[in-house]
Amino acid sequence: MSQHDDKHDHWLVRPSTVRWLWRIFGVVLGLTVAAQLFIDVHGHFGADGWLGFNAAYGFLTCVAMVLFAKVLGWLVKRPEHYYRDLEK
Amino acid sequence: MFELVIPPAFVMLIGAFLVAVSRPGLRPVIALATPLVTLWAIWQVPDGVQLTATFLGYEVQVVEGGAARRLFATVFAMMGFGGVLFAFRQAKWYELAAAMGYASGAIGVSFAGDLIVMFLFWELMALFSVVVVWCGGTFGSKRAGIRYIIMHLLGGIILKVGIEGIMIHTGSVEIRALALDNFDTWLVFIGILVNAAAPPVSAWLADAYPESSPTGSVFLSAFTTKTAVLALMLLFPGQPLLIWIGLWMIFYGIIYALLENDIRRILSYSIINQVGFMVVAVGIGTELALNGAAAHAFAHIFYKALLFMSAGAVIYQTGKHKCSELGGLFRTMPLTTVCGTIGALAISAFPLTSGFISKSLTVSAAAEMHMTWVWYLMVAASAGVFLHAGIKFPWYVFFQKDSGLRPKDPPWNMQAAMVLFSVVCIGLGVFPELLYGLLPYPVAYEPYTAEHVVTQTQLLLFAGLAFFVMLPFMKRTLTVSLDLDWFWRVGWVRLFRAFEALMNGLREGVGGFVQGLLRRFSAELMRHHGAQGVLARAWPVGSMLLWVALLLAVFMILRYFPGV
Repeated sequence: MSQHDDKHDHWLVRPSTVRWLWRIFGVVLGLTVAAQLFIDVHGHFGADGWLGFNAAYGFLTCVAMVLFAKVLGWLVKRPEHYYRDLEK
Repeated sequence: MFELVIPPAFVMLIGAFLVAVSRPGLRPVIALATPLVTLWAIWQVPDGVQLTATFLGYEVQVVEGGAARRLFATVFAMMGFGGVLFAFRQAKWYELAAAMGYASGAIGVSFAGDLIVMFLFWELMALFSVVVVWCGGTFGSKRAGIRYIIMHLLGGIILKVGIEGIMIHTGSVEIRALALDNFDTWLVFIGILVNAAAPPVSAWLADAYPESSPTGSVFLSAFTTKTAVLALMLLFPGQPLLIWIGLWMIFYGIIYALLENDIRRILSYSIINQVGFMVVAVGIGTELALNGAAAHAFAHIFYKALLFMSAGAVIYQTGKHKCSELGGLFRTMPLTTVCGTIGALAISAFPLTSGFISKSLTVSAAAEMHMTWVWYLMVAASAGVFLHAGIKFPWYVFFQKDSGLRPKDPPWNMQAAMVLFSVVCIGLGVFPELLYGLLPYPVAYEPYTAEHVVTQTQLLLFAGLAFFVMLPFMKRTLTVSLDLDWFWRVGWVRLFRAFEALMNGLREGVGGFVQGLLRRFSAELMRHHGAQGVLARAWPVGSMLLWVALLLAVFMILRYFPGV
């Protein structure tokens, strides 16, 4: 992005701000896992009580869902006017 | 002591009628006052059967009170108020009246004391809701409305046949827990599930709702599926099949929302996902789980309406409804952005929002019953909710790229409705006892434990990380996603065309053969009897005389032989 855009665009979307947002997000992510060191998480079934279980589980299941949607998309996605064109 | 109970559904219905016939100046006053008067009437209904009437020779129970019934009716009336506030200056008078009639159907089902009354209000909902779909006013909404009403009338017929079966075989139409052990109860079960957007007919919801007007979809998001949840709670609590149906709905909603480009269609798939959680809860069927289903329905109606309001505001202001055309609207629509984000956080069940205190009841119920798989799947789905609705919706509409659009926030009444519902979403999250006090069973559940807050925040934030890491995989495409509705929108039409072609072929084949036969027959006829035919030829009189003489001669000769 050019110098010009950087100055005139909304402060929230400037690359410098976005870099900071990522850093803050990273720290917050770390804190939520670190909090488990001080708070006893029992878990109902064993594995769900491990340190960072929810972090890993949340991340991995979401990645899996996005990938599954991607694969399913190849099968079921059709151009926008699919139904309208069929009616002609 | 005898107390007069006013059926709350009738209050709403009369209001809808008055809105339809009143002068334009008076209309907003009636439309806004009606849900409030209805709310008052709802809270006048004590527990137990309150009002009976005679219908077709049957003693029917028009109004029966109860905690779950009151909770659902309350949220329907409040939704009516919020929806009217959002819509009254923009929507056509007939959309407003139809939406209120629709709400009255939902409230009527909530208080229905028996299956007959339930069915009548059920159909009322179908009829009024299709008018709301049609108020979209486009060619697409007309077609979608027709598909929608066919689906609901079919579901209604299945339900009606089931109810009649129960009436004949047991002699009672009481609303009570039914077992899935005969044909009649199965039909009732299926009829209700059609309205809950359960598989295999889930597609009707995402087909019809996004075709309505920006104001209409706010009403549509609330009533039909949630009355189905209440009906399941009253008729089939603890039916294990519901757990699997619900889980299917949960993941179906997430995956299809991830594929979608239309902002209201994303939210529609998300309704199916959320109703899935409620259906699972009804399937688990413990007191904690049923509380969870009711609480989630209550919280869901507010945040989902709020999300549809923010989407409606964007569509109303820009005329655009695709993720690929929107983006960067936070610059000029700050209030809509904030309210839409609050709705998104609430649906994701972030701490301090209504979703946090309602969804956790259901998830805890699964843990309490040691349903390991159900629990793990629901937790994954909770992360998935943040993924498909919690981030995807606000990200693509208000942030992502700059679309160059600079619309203002919507008119004041739309803003007021969004602020009101945002306050409710956060208010319920901060003061859970407000909702817990209304639940059908006593609540001994504390949502705000350090453990719960930490695990939930961890889950959601890392789901958020997954969203941004996977963004390249979620590039918006100008596509629709095929669903099982392909079979009745295209498949059976093709089947019919093929049958038609076969029949045409047969007709032509048989016709050609018969025609050939006829042609040969007539040719033969012509050969013998035609103008030149041997039997039609003109014979000279002389030859006739010759033949007559010949015959006479033969006759005479034969006459001389004895015995002839």
